[in-house]
Amino acid sequence: MEPSEHLFRHEAGRMVATLTHIFGVHNLALAEDVVQDAFCRALEVWKFRGMPENPSAWLMATAKNRALDVLRRERTARTFAPELSRMLESEWTLAPAVEELFGAYAIKDGQLRMMFSCCHPRLPEEAQVALMLHILCGFSVDEVAGAFVSSNDAIEKRISRAKKALAGSKRLFDVSSQGDFSVRLPAVQRALYLLFNEGYHGASSESAVRADLCQEAMRLTRLLLDHPPAATPASRALFALMCLHAARLPARVNASGDLRSLFEQDRSRWDVNLIAEGQRLLDLSATGPELTEYHVEAAIAWVHTTAHGAEDTDWEMIVSLYDKLMVIRPSPVVALNRAIAIAQREGPQRGLEEIQMIANSDRLAAYPFYHAALGEFEFRGGRHEVAREHFRAALAFARNAMEQRFIEQRIAACKAATPVG
Amino acid sequence: MSEFVFLYRGGESGRSPEKAQQMMQKWMAWLKELGANGHIKDQGQPLERTGKLVKGKQKTVTDGPFPEAKDIVGGYTLIEARDLAQAVELSKGCPIFEVDGAVEVRPVMKMNM
Repeated sequence: MEPSEHLFRHEAGRMVATLTHIFGVHNLALAEDVVQDAFCRALEVWKFRGMPENPSAWLMATAKNRALDVLRRERTARTFAPELSRMLESEWTLAPAVEELFGAYAIKDGQLRMMFSCCHPRLPEEAQVALMLHILCGFSVDEVAGAFVSSNDAIEKRISRAKKALAGSKRLFDVSSQGDFSVRLPAVQRALYLLFNEGYHGASSESAVRADLCQEAMRLTRLLLDHPPAATPASRALFALMCLHAARLPARVNASGDLRSLFEQDRSRWDVNLIAEGQRLLDLSATGPELTEYHVEAAIAWVHTTAHGAEDTDWEMIVSLYDKLMVIRPSPVVALNRAIAIAQREGPQRGLEEIQMIANSDRLAAYPFYHAALGEFEFRGGRHEVAREHFRAALAFARNAMEQRFIEQRIAACKAATPVG
Repeated sequence: MSEFVFLYRGGESGRSPEKAQQMMQKWMAWLKELGANGHIKDQGQPLERTGKLVKGKQKTVTDGPFPEAKDIVGGYTLIEARDLAQAVELSKGCPIFEVDGAVEVRPVMKMNM
C-alpha cells in the first residue's frame, strides 16, 4: 500500500493542533516534538513492515500514546491546557479525556481553534499565512520559504516570532464563544484567501508547489464549511471562488510548460467538477445582507467559466462586478483588472485611459502584469515599438522563468509586427 | 547464494513531514525491488533506539541511548546475494545514504560440513 500524497503533512497539522489543544498553547514546541517523534516511528516501522491499514489512525494513536506518557511524566513539572487541567490531573479522568480529545470531532475542533489562533490581530497578515502553512499544513520552514520565494532566514524569523506570540497567548482561541468567533472569522477568511492567492498568483515557478498551496487553502476552508457557525455566506463565497479559480489551474500552463493567459487557455482542460462545485457554493452563498469581495470575485470567475473564449465573455457584467469590487475592496490590482475588462469591451484606447486613472498606481510599478497590460493595449492599438518598451519593463520584474518566457514571447511578437527599417 | 546482514546505522529521519514521507517511500520502493529480485531472505525489523546495555562479569546494566548514538543500529535485513561484492552493490541503493547514514554489510558465517 502506498501512502496518499502529502499524508504526513496533513496528519502533522491535525496532530499538532490536537496536541496543542491538550498541552496548552504555551507548550506548542512540545506538541511539535511529539509529532516529530510520531513520524520518526512511522518511518522506522513502516519501511520494514509496510503501511498499516489505516495510516492516519496509526499516527494519531501513536501521538495519543506519546501524549499520555508526557502528561503522566510531566504532570508535576509543567502546566498543561488550563481549561483541561482538572481532567488531566486525576488518573481516573486522564485517559478518557485524552481519548475524547483524539476523537474525530475534537480533532476538527482542534484544527479550527488553531486556525483562529494563527489569525491573531496582533500578527501581520503575512505572518498569519506563514504560521497556518507551517502549523496546520505541516510545511517546514524551508518549504514555506520555497512556496513564498523568500529567504529561509526571513521566513524563519517570521515564523518564530509568530510562534512566540502564539505561545504567549493564554490559551487557544475558543471557537465556541459566539461573539469572539464572528469578530475573528473575517481575518481567518482573509488569511485563507491570501494563502490561496499565493498559490494562484504567487511567485513560485513550480506549478506543483503552487497547486499545493491552493489545495491546502481549500482543505482548510472546507473546515470552516463543516463547522456551522463558520459556514457563513462569506465562507461559502470564498470556497466558491477557490473552486472556480482552481478549475482553471490545469490550463494555465500548456504542454510545453508555458504560461497561458486566460484568453489563450484551452478551456476544455478546465475542471468541470470544480466549476460545478464552485457554482453550487456560489448559489448557496447568495443569502444574507452582506456582499463580500469573495462573492464578487467568485461571480467574476463564474462569468468566465460560462464563456467559450474572450469573444463571447459577458464583459459588461464583468466590468460592473469590478465596479462593485472597487467599492468593497479597492486596490490598484483590482483597478488594473477592471481596466483590462474595459479594454475588452471598449477597445485598447479605453483600457489605457483607465490605467492612467488608477490611484496609487506607483504600487503597481514592480508588478510585471501592470507593464504587460500597458504593452498589450499599445500592441493592440498598433504601436508595437511602445508596446515593446512596456514588455521590456515587465520582463525586468518577472518573478520566475515561466513569467519571463511568457513576456519574452510578447516581445518577440512586437518585433515580428514591427516593420524592419 | 550466500547470506548477508545489512545493518542500518544512523541517518536522520528528515526535518519535515513531507521529507519523512518521501524517505519512507524510497525505503519501501528499495526493499520492494530487492524482494522482487529475490534478494530478501528476511525483511528484518526496526529496532528501538533505546534499551539496556548489559556488560562485564558483573553484568552491569546501563541505559541506552548508547554512547555513539549517531551510529546506532536502527534495523536490519537478511539478504541473499552471490557474494560480498554483489551484496555491497545492492546496499548502494539504500536511501539511508541521503541522510548521512551507513549500511554495514556482514556475511553470515557458513557452516562447512
